[in-house]
Amino acid sequence: MAFKRVVVTGLGALTPIGNDVPTYWSNLAAGVSGAGLITKFDASKFRTHFACELKGVEVTQYIPRQEARKMDAFTHYALIATDEAVKDAGLNLDAIDKNKVGVIWGSGIGGLKSFEDEMIDYAKGDGTPRINPFFIVRMIADSASGQISMRYGFRGTNYVTVSACASTNNAIIDALNYIRLGRLNMCVVGGSEAAVTKAGIGGFNANRALSERNDSPETASRPYDKDRDGFVMGEGAGALILEEYEHAQSRGAKIYAELIGGGMSSDAYHITAPHPDGLGAFLGMQDALNDAGIAPEEIDYINTHGTSTPIGDPQELKAIYQLFGEHSFKMNISSTKSMTGHLLGAAGAVEAIACIKAMEHQLVPPTINHFTDDDEIDSRFNLTFNTAQERSITTVMSNAFGFGGHNAIVIFRKPS
Amino acid sequence: MSDIAQKVKNIIVEKLGVEESEVTPEASFTNDLGADSLDTVELIMEFEKEFNLPIPDDEAEKISTVGLAIEYLEKHIGK
Repeated sequence: MAFKRVVVTGLGALTPIGNDVPTYWSNLAAGVSGAGLITKFDASKFRTHFACELKGVEVTQYIPRQEARKMDAFTHYALIATDEAVKDAGLNLDAIDKNKVGVIWGSGIGGLKSFEDEMIDYAKGDGTPRINPFFIVRMIADSASGQISMRYGFRGTNYVTVSACASTNNAIIDALNYIRLGRLNMCVVGGSEAAVTKAGIGGFNANRALSERNDSPETASRPYDKDRDGFVMGEGAGALILEEYEHAQSRGAKIYAELIGGGMSSDAYHITAPHPDGLGAFLGMQDALNDAGIAPEEIDYINTHGTSTPIGDPQELKAIYQLFGEHSFKMNISSTKSMTGHLLGAAGAVEAIACIKAMEHQLVPPTINHFTDDDEIDSRFNLTFNTAQERSITTVMSNAFGFGGHNAIVIFRKPS
Repeated sequence: MSDIAQKVKNIIVEKLGVEESEVTPEASFTNDLGADSLDTVELIMEFEKEFNLPIPDDEAEKISTVGLAIEYLEKHIGK
C-alpha cells in the first residue's frame, strides 16, 4: 500500500512575540525578544525573575467564562491557537467527515498551575480535603485534545503526547503516520504549555536549567553565545492542520507545506543531560531523513532545539556535523528560542510554524543575542546570528529534544 | 431576601454563569441552570466554604434546586 501524502493547510500561534501567526512571523523576522520580568507571580525570591510570557491575551474573547474557568491556561492556549488554525484552513465543518478528523496534541507538563493552586489551598487548611471537582480535569494533559474535539466535534483519534520538550514533534509524527495510512483525513496537531508558575520556574531553577541573567532578560536567551547560561521559560501554543494531500486538493485548500518525514530516537543516557556525542540527536535526524527519503544535502535550514544551555547547544551541532558533514556549513541553522524562549512541550509547534513561514517567505529567522563567539562552536556553521537571512529554502528540519532523552524531528517541504 | 439567599444566588450566578433572574427558588441546577454533576458538586462545596458549614453527602444529594439550597442553609446556619 502506498503511503498517502500529508500537507499543512492551517496554522495558529499564540506566542510571547505575537498572539497570531502574522504577528509572530513578523517579530521572528525582525528579531524581537519576548522576554521580560515575570508578571504572573512574585518571583523576587526565585533565582530567575524573568520569562517569555504571553501578552494581552483575553481568554474570554475565545472561550465563554464559564467554560474557561474549568480549564487550565494550557488548555486556553490550545483552544486559542486551534481557533486560528481552523479558520486559517478555511474548513467548512459541515462538509467534512468529522469522524476522520483527529486531534493529537502535545504538552510537556499539562495543568501545572491548577495543581499548584489546589495544593497550596489544601495546605492552608486543617488537612480536610476540599478538592475542587474540576481539579483533575483542569490538570491532566489530555484535557487539551479533549476540549478541542468537543469544540469542533472532531471524533477521530484523540490523545496528548508527553515527551517533555519533544512532545509536539511526537504529536506531529503520530498524526503524519495515521494520515499516511489512511486512518485519518485530517488531524489538528500542536502543543501548548503554561509553566510560568512558581513550580515551573522554581523546579527548572532547581535543576539549573534556566538562565539567571536577571539584569537583562531580553538578552538572556542567547543560543550558541559563549556566555549563554540556560534557557528562558516561554509559554503559549501552536496549532497546525495536517491533511491528506488529495483531501486538501479536493476542497481547494491553501497548502503551506508538505510534511515529508519524522524521526524519533532516545539518548538512553541521562534523565536531563544530552548524550555527550549528540548520539540520540544524530539518530533522530538520520531517522527523519530516512523516513522522508531524502539526502542530507537537501536540507536548507534547521530550526534547532538550541535552548541556550551550556551543554545542549554544542552537542546538537556536533550531531549535525556528524550527519551532514560539510553540508552543515552550507545550510542555515537558527534557534528561534532566542526570541520566543523555550515553550517546552509547545516548542515543536511554534518552531514548525517558524519553519513553514520561513519557506513561504524564503527568509531564515535569526538566532538573536549573539555577542561573543564560543571557541567550542565551529565558526563555519551559519547560525544566522542577529539578523534574518534571505535564501532559497525548499526543505526544512525542525529539532526537538526533551528531558528523558526523547528526540523527535520533523521535515517539511515547500509545496511544488 | 435574606442575606443567605442573596449569597447563594451570587454563588450560583458566578459558578454557573447564569443570569440572576434565572435563579428562582424553583430552578433546578441540572434541568434549568445547565449544571452537570461536577458543577453540582462544586456548588455544594462553595456553599460549605462560604457558610463554613459541612454538608453531609446524603443531605447534599437532596439539594437539587435553588430553594432547597437556601432552605437547607437557613435551617442549619448558626445552630
